[in-house]
Amino acid sequence: MAADNPRPAGTPTDGRPARRPLPGGRFAARGSLTGTLVKVALLGLFTALGIWAVLPLYVAGNWWGIALTVAVVALVYWVYLSGRTVPAKYLVPGVVLLMAFQILPVLYTMSTSLTNMSDGHRGTKEQAVRSIEAFSVVRTDGSEEYTLTVATKGDPETGDLVFLLTDEERQAYAGDADGLEELTGATVEDTGKVSEAFGYTLLSPNEVNARSDELQEFAVPTGEGSGIRSSGLSSAFEGSALRVYDADCDCVEDRETGTVYTADDDRGAFYDEDGERLAQGWQVGVGFDNFLRFLVDPTFATAFFGTLVWNIAFAASVTFLVFVLGLAVAMTLHAPRLRGKTAYRILVVLPYAMSSLAMYLLWRDMFNADFGLFNRMLGLEVDWLGDPWAARAAVILANVWLGYPYMFLVATGALQAIPRELSQAARLDGAGPWQAFRYVTLPLLMVAMTPILISTFAFNFNNFNAVWLLTQGGPFTSDGTMAGGATDLLITYTYRLAFSEATAQYGYAAAMSVMIFVIVSVMSVISLRRSKALQEVDR
Amino acid sequence: MTADTVDTAVRPVHHRTTGTRFALWARRLGWRHAVMLVVVAFAVFPVLFVVSAALNPVGTLSSSQLWPTGASLDNARALFDNTPFATWYTNSLFFAVTNAAVTVLLSALAAYAFSRMRFKGRRVGLIGLLVIQMFPQFLAIVAIYLMFSDLGELYPAIGFDTRWGLLLVYLGGALSINTWLMKGFFDTVPEELDESAQMDGATHAQVFFRIMLPLVTPVLAIVALLVFINTINEFLLASVFLRDTEAQTLGLGLYQLVDSQRNANFGMFAVGAIMLSLPTLAVFWFLQRYISDGLTSGAVKG
Repeated sequence: MAADNPRPAGTPTDGRPARRPLPGGRFAARGSLTGTLVKVALLGLFTALGIWAVLPLYVAGNWWGIALTVAVVALVYWVYLSGRTVPAKYLVPGVVLLMAFQILPVLYTMSTSLTNMSDGHRGTKEQAVRSIEAFSVVRTDGSEEYTLTVATKGDPETGDLVFLLTDEERQAYAGDADGLEELTGATVEDTGKVSEAFGYTLLSPNEVNARSDELQEFAVPTGEGSGIRSSGLSSAFEGSALRVYDADCDCVEDRETGTVYTADDDRGAFYDEDGERLAQGWQVGVGFDNFLRFLVDPTFATAFFGTLVWNIAFAASVTFLVFVLGLAVAMTLHAPRLRGKTAYRILVVLPYAMSSLAMYLLWRDMFNADFGLFNRMLGLEVDWLGDPWAARAAVILANVWLGYPYMFLVATGALQAIPRELSQAARLDGAGPWQAFRYVTLPLLMVAMTPILISTFAFNFNNFNAVWLLTQGGPFTSDGTMAGGATDLLITYTYRLAFSEATAQYGYAAAMSVMIFVIVSVMSVISLRRSKALQEVDR
Repeated sequence: MTADTVDTAVRPVHHRTTGTRFALWARRLGWRHAVMLVVVAFAVFPVLFVVSAALNPVGTLSSSQLWPTGASLDNARALFDNTPFATWYTNSLFFAVTNAAVTVLLSALAAYAFSRMRFKGRRVGLIGLLVIQMFPQFLAIVAIYLMFSDLGELYPAIGFDTRWGLLLVYLGGALSINTWLMKGFFDTVPEELDESAQMDGATHAQVFFRIMLPLVTPVLAIVALLVFINTINEFLLASVFLRDTEAQTLGLGLYQLVDSQRNANFGMFAVGAIMLSLPTLAVFWFLQRYISDGLTSGAVKG
């Protein structure tokens, strides 16, 4: 190297002391003008983003959030301004996103799995009490009437609801979940409607309708056991709550019936003596109850283990079948002097080149019992997606169709890498075609194919689209969707628990996700061991 | 086999009758054609069906045949008139293109660091990427949903029904097996190249953008195309994030089109399915030779 150096020996260097080695190895921090400008611009943009992120946190008084944002911005500044952090400059953008939207959600899933979080158990106890009281506000004799304009603070779809109210003297008030205060500087129309108010976004009737569920449970507290509720889109009344929370006994009393609902902090809801509960509850930790539920409780355990068995069977059979079919096609085309090879190849890989999402939906419609292609063409009357075993066969068939071209391509590549002489030599030594394949070609092929097979299995194990788009996990038994469908994978079952049941069960669904994590980890460890073993075989 | 060879060698070629020649052809190549015809039929018939349904003037599922019975553009027109097809398509392409572009950039940056630099935590980082790969993002969908219902209240710009929220979630998966794929390719570029550039006074950033990136274009293209295909076919996260009709992707739109009306909307669906497949088909022509070369090992298409 030194000999190649064009500089004659003895030429003095710049005279600067030797640079200390940086963690980035040989790279040193020198920059061109363009580079510096781009860097300054990007850092400026990032700072602006940070300020944008801090403002709503400041309004909401979320100090932890502000601290986190400032820390991230500071980290980025340090990484990109210091000369000693070269590798980090390349890793930070991806890693920050990875942390925020992949690792954090996994941790959050784990913590959610230990709670009873679900519809009716989303917020805190205070929120539940407020909602119970607001929901029970009824009109009393001589209760004050107001003209109502629904508004929000901030975005019409997500901002906090505010009632802009005008009484008979046309005095305007603004009421939110914290209470009522006078509103000055608002423009009030003759009808009593507020047409403009500084700091509030007035909602159109459509926007109000979109949030009608929230409106139902919204009331402006105006003192002990009374509040203002809406009746319709443009009027509100002040009334008293029928159900009032009493902190002394930690209970809610219904003034009409006299029933007392006592808080149960283990279950996160108010229960009366007969075990009847109020619909609004709050989020509490339940330990490992969610896990015990589907490991021990007979109904849920049947659903869980049944689903698990089918899930493994599905992934294994799809992987096996696409492998066999893909390899068979590759072997068939693996012949010199076969005419039309290119045309065959193009047509055979066609399924892989189509959009898989659209093709799943297409297969579902081809399997349709009344109008579908299969029943009409073959003159059958099979209820493909309604019968458990027919549905399972249908799901596997559709996935084999979509999956085998990939195996075909991989197997073709692997076959071409195996010298033909090897199997020819075996044939000369008296092996039959099957023996030559089984004992010479296949073992060599498997070295290249095993990693692909493992990743195909892992992919199909959680192949949500494969089942959801075809059957949505069905057909279901008369026990309902909670009992699991015939073609349900764990991931489709989880999805339904959280997003497709009448009451969303986030805690339980999160526990299910954690179980999938555990199962996937176990399988990964086993497959990694296997592939290590394979490497040793190679050596 | 040995016996056959001897036979043909002994018997002069012109003595073969047409019959024996055919038998020989059938045994060597003919059966391959027969098998391939069956496989091709299996591979092609759903595609044929969707094309024929797209052209079918009646446009219902029950009237669609395997072979086109008529040709009209009524279904395409209905799709444009009755649904926000253009918006759906734009949304789909937006997610696919943006996600592919940014993922390639982030992945290449990380792969460069992993391939060319030695630093504390490098090994842990590489193994960590492999481990995370086993837990696909969508398994944490419940937590992602809960996170974004809170985030959306603070920042409506990245809440549900917005493009940026879902894009951020997709980008959370940017560092993945793709980074490994790229790192492997970066490793094949001789280090002497960037060393000599360094000698000439290039900074690490200049080496990355001017020397490395142009040399690894094939792997950049492969990763971009794989991400593109996966994003355009992504359903789970999109279905949770995009509930407003106008915000949805073409995949979600098609799903609802045939979910509500199994029979009547089928013609429109077929046109949409072909439109959704066109970008994938185009991308695929480029990809397939890399797949059989084993370059994409482990990156299963969704």
